[in-house]
Amino acid sequence: MSASVSTPAPALPLRPARRAPRRLVLGGIALTAALLVAGAYMPKWLTFLITMAASHGLVSLGIVLMMRGGVVSFGQGLVFALGAYAAALAYTRLGITDALGLALLGGAVATLGVAPFAPLLSRYRGIFFAMLTLALSMVVFGVLTKTEALGGSDGFNMGRVTVFGQKLADGHVGYVLYSVTVVVAAVLALLARVYFDSTRGLLTLAVRENELRVEYLGGSVRRAMAINFVLAAFAGGTGGALVVMSLGHIDPNFSYWTTSGEFVFVAILAGWQSVLAVFIASTVLEVVRSFSSLYFPNTWQLSLGLFLLFVIRFLPRGIGSLWIGRTGSARSAEKPR
Amino acid sequence: MNLAATILIDGLTYASWLFIVALGLTLVFGVLKILNIAHGSFYALGAYAAASFVGWFATLKFAPGWSIVALLLAAVAVAALVAPLTERGLLRFFYGRDEVLLVLVTYALFLILEDVTKLIWGANPYYVSAPYSLFGNVEIGPQVYVGYDFLLVGLALVVGIAVWWGLNRTRQGKIVLAVIHSAEIASSMGINVSRVYMLAFSIGIFLAAIGGAFTAPMISVQPGVSVGVIIVSFAVVIIGGLGSIEGAAVGALIVGLARSLAVHLAPVAELFSIYIVMAAVLMVRPEGLFQQTQARKI
Repeated sequence: MSASVSTPAPALPLRPARRAPRRLVLGGIALTAALLVAGAYMPKWLTFLITMAASHGLVSLGIVLMMRGGVVSFGQGLVFALGAYAAALAYTRLGITDALGLALLGGAVATLGVAPFAPLLSRYRGIFFAMLTLALSMVVFGVLTKTEALGGSDGFNMGRVTVFGQKLADGHVGYVLYSVTVVVAAVLALLARVYFDSTRGLLTLAVRENELRVEYLGGSVRRAMAINFVLAAFAGGTGGALVVMSLGHIDPNFSYWTTSGEFVFVAILAGWQSVLAVFIASTVLEVVRSFSSLYFPNTWQLSLGLFLLFVIRFLPRGIGSLWIGRTGSARSAEKPR
Repeated sequence: MNLAATILIDGLTYASWLFIVALGLTLVFGVLKILNIAHGSFYALGAYAAASFVGWFATLKFAPGWSIVALLLAAVAVAALVAPLTERGLLRFFYGRDEVLLVLVTYALFLILEDVTKLIWGANPYYVSAPYSLFGNVEIGPQVYVGYDFLLVGLALVVGIAVWWGLNRTRQGKIVLAVIHSAEIASSMGINVSRVYMLAFSIGIFLAAIGGAFTAPMISVQPGVSVGVIIVSFAVVIIGGLGSIEGAAVGALIVGLARSLAVHLAPVAELFSIYIVMAAVLMVRPEGLFQQTQARKI
């Protein structure tokens, strides 16, 4: 913090000084490895909690991706449900049991499922974007609830997945799924960071600042928004597939608006600057959820709501702003001339 | 022919209920620029308060006819208690922030109120049956309808005309319109803008609560009442255009008819018919059917 004051502010760099991508990758790998090792010693409830946090975090990562362009999707439960249903159906109907394959399949199906809407949605901003995504997710919710072949409102169960052709023993299944989830989430998180720092990723930030200016400078705002939406769908679908593998059960509530609301909650809590913050925020939500439903089951939504208000009021740029973008925030606080 | 009449009447009663709730939502958005997720919670509060008030009236041995008054009083009580608390205590700190962020503030409020209603009224369902039987049955052709359903239609008409008249034909209404147009200029003309916000928000909550109170006799009042209402009333105001009274009326009719068509002709589509209409309108006319397209501001 103090460093930014003492050093003279450089001219606005086109790329944020290429923050040593190698260091970033190494740091990511180290963190993942540490989580994998630690996971072997964690109690079961904790590995499950982190599995849920990481897989749900992927969906919120998608929202953060769009938030960087200034739009928030209130219907991300749609891609979450698409990915999860795709994985569960591929398991029960097609006999695909490989965890990694199912995760990728979930992401792919969600991407293909919403891709036709991307060009349309790229025209929408603010409340209209939020409402249209919300409407689409609620249509899917309605369809899923009424489709008896998919278990209707009760959903259906799926069995235990395999990893690299290996069946999972009772004692190991939790840890293995935890490892798979952590690794997949880490890979996608790194890719997200790379994308954030790429030209299009930075263009997205510019859209947030001033859309018209981007157009005048020759950038395509709509293409950037469409691509962000599709990438977010992939992350969300993968997250959904990972969740259903660990839960072993799926129902239409995956697509309900309150589910989407929780994803937005995490995204707002995280802020749009840091990828790591998304997963921290997601873990915070899971911790609050499990502990309050254990100790004060009647007031956990109350605490969640107060917490959210607190964050919006006092930490409007999310917890990511605690360690990133102090200098950036000072710069963007300047009024555009 | 009978089927058409049934669909029409079902659609109309459902639309009346929708209109009352959505009118409050659209009014609050028009004035405060807040798309209020907690609107459903105020609706639920109205329903719960109605359960309590009707219960008290019954123990005080009022004639059953008074239960309608109890419903009204419940809505007034909710608006008088909750509106100042939320507007002064919470929302005013967030005015002028991004619209989507404001949606999240009300989402937080929704989460809080969900638990607050559970803490006050518990998780068991309440039944407010007294007012429902007051109006007997109405026979239309071979079909028998409950008279109470038509009370809702009347209430919707009264409420709609009252709000329209209040906004367009009274001094206070003109002031509200001025604030909607530009809060800044209105305040420089000496209008107390925060009082207008307060007023509009209170009326909005009152409309949500009265919708809840008058629906209470038709349903079992239990946790989860709020969740279902929110998105449906969103659909109505989006279809009609945010902030437009006529839009809310037409939106309610469209949604009401779409739902009753689905219920009678294609029950599978009941749940999502509403959202398909909502998505379709957003795709074709994102500003809603009754809103003029706004020029892009630079």
